[in-house]
Amino acid sequence: MSAETDVRLPAVDASRESIRSSSQAREVWGRILRNRGAVVGMAFLALLIVSAILAPLVAPADPLGVVPTNAQRPPGAEAWLGADHLGRDILSRLLYGARISLTLGLISVSIAAICGTILGLVAGYYGGRVDLAIGVLIDVMLAFPGILLALGIVTVLRPGIVNAMVAVGIAAIPTYSRLIRGSVLTAKANLYVEAARVVGCQTPRILWLHILPNVLAPLIVLATLGAAQAILAGAALSFLGLGAQPPTPEWGIMLSEGRRYIRDAWWNSMFPGLAIMVTVLAINLLGDGLRDALDPRLK
Amino acid sequence: MSSYVRTRLTLAIPVLLGVSIAVFAMLRLLPGDPAQIMLAESGASAERVAALRQQLGLDDPLPVQYGRFLMGALRGDLGRSILSNRPVTQEIAGQLPSTIELTLAAMAVAIGIGVPLGLLAATHHNGPLDLGAMALALGGVSMPSFWLGVLLILLFSLRLGWLPATGQGGIERLILPAFTLGFGAAAIIARLVRSSVLEVLRHEYVTTARAKGLSPRVVLLRHALKNALIPVVTIVGLQFGALLAGTVVIETVFSRPGVGRMVVNAILVKDFPVAQGAILIIATTYVLANLIVDLLYAWLDPRVRYG
Repeated sequence: MSAETDVRLPAVDASRESIRSSSQAREVWGRILRNRGAVVGMAFLALLIVSAILAPLVAPADPLGVVPTNAQRPPGAEAWLGADHLGRDILSRLLYGARISLTLGLISVSIAAICGTILGLVAGYYGGRVDLAIGVLIDVMLAFPGILLALGIVTVLRPGIVNAMVAVGIAAIPTYSRLIRGSVLTAKANLYVEAARVVGCQTPRILWLHILPNVLAPLIVLATLGAAQAILAGAALSFLGLGAQPPTPEWGIMLSEGRRYIRDAWWNSMFPGLAIMVTVLAINLLGDGLRDALDPRLK
Repeated sequence: MSSYVRTRLTLAIPVLLGVSIAVFAMLRLLPGDPAQIMLAESGASAERVAALRQQLGLDDPLPVQYGRFLMGALRGDLGRSILSNRPVTQEIAGQLPSTIELTLAAMAVAIGIGVPLGLLAATHHNGPLDLGAMALALGGVSMPSFWLGVLLILLFSLRLGWLPATGQGGIERLILPAFTLGFGAAAIIARLVRSSVLEVLRHEYVTTARAKGLSPRVVLLRHALKNALIPVVTIVGLQFGALLAGTVVIETVFSRPGVGRMVVNAILVKDFPVAQGAILIIATTYVLANLIVDLLYAWLDPRVRYG
């Protein structure tokens, strides 16, 4: 009896749910499009992603190509954003650097969101000792402020861009875990979760099908805003010499190298910094727009 | 209140223990022999590596090593620097005042800019001033602090020659690093103050104050601000930790001595005892700062301690 109910009810629910979801998605999309900041952010990010993918086609020069005769060439017709101390074209390096920064944002956020969501779901759903144990772990991670936890992890993993992505991702896990745990505590008190349990649904199924969809909205918002923070943290690690290593065309390391020539060749560090800021700003604008559209309570 | 203080103090103990375990584990999680990794670049002999293993007690079982690390930390003994052979505590003690000075100055900048900016935005809700203030705040949270530092050096040190770009000592060497470090926090505080004041202004007691004929200035300063600033205390406390960690980047940008720069250099030259010690000190300071903020919050808002 319970097994039958379990098979039939979700089937009916699923078709209703898909109609409701698609109309909800349309509504959310409409709200995002009405938000001018979010549209600007989205348009810039779309342009950046396309440029990063097409970098080999659109970049005017080889990002690693050393041309001594072009060293410290100021911005102009030959090199739109100038050339660095080794004569490498800054625009080309920025376009290739976009690949690294966007990948860093994506991978770090994926690590943080996946691990944080699993920890938050388990802690919130099971409660008791499991919650306590995960809570202490999260509290300990939160005891390392800002970039410090990432620094500690990079110390263990060794400096490098991949390790920086992992470090930034791990350091962000507590934020996701806390958010998801709180949302699960609210969601699991709902009657439909109780009903799913009564009809014999297994715990992973309840967590996956009945609780996770309810916490998706704040998760999407946090992941979007988290990508901005990840790009900033990754660039900071590279700036300190603990992330990407030369001659990688990464924005943080370009800025770090460029600051040595700031007196006579400002463009070396000006454009990488501007690229980081505008990208982070665009993601923040999109994140704010998503937050307003998906979950007005978080406004 | 005293039971609340007791509870919070008790809760801080496992976190501090966890922090000590995490910092202890840093060295032990290194892939390979930590002594060999630390001495790899100097091409040290097998005897020197063995001596370092002995000095760090790496041959003992892990619980014994941790017990020694914890007891040493409680006595203020964090081992010796691989590079200078000086006690780590002594190295940190020499750098800490500069880092604390920078953090406090940045905090003053953050509060000095963030609170008025948030108030300005809230009192001109949806007006051009609100939009301008929030655009500035959004810029503040999006701007990499290390880039802002470079821009300020370019403008105020190299172009105008008003302030020194690097070093330590005197207020003139503190202004640029403090502003660079505090600007991002100011943006976060401004956003919170704005939303907190807007929330409080909707309350009935504010309507009553207005109905009594009090001027908007008095309503804001005497009635709304006091309550609106309670949640701000929390974020200011959290920002203290973020600013302390932020010195890692800012001290590097301005070539300023301090614990933050010390951590980065120690990681780069693989002087792990120094890195461990400095990270432990910063994390412990952060936990204690959060504890003080929690207690302050409970003192300001009785609902917290009786809730």
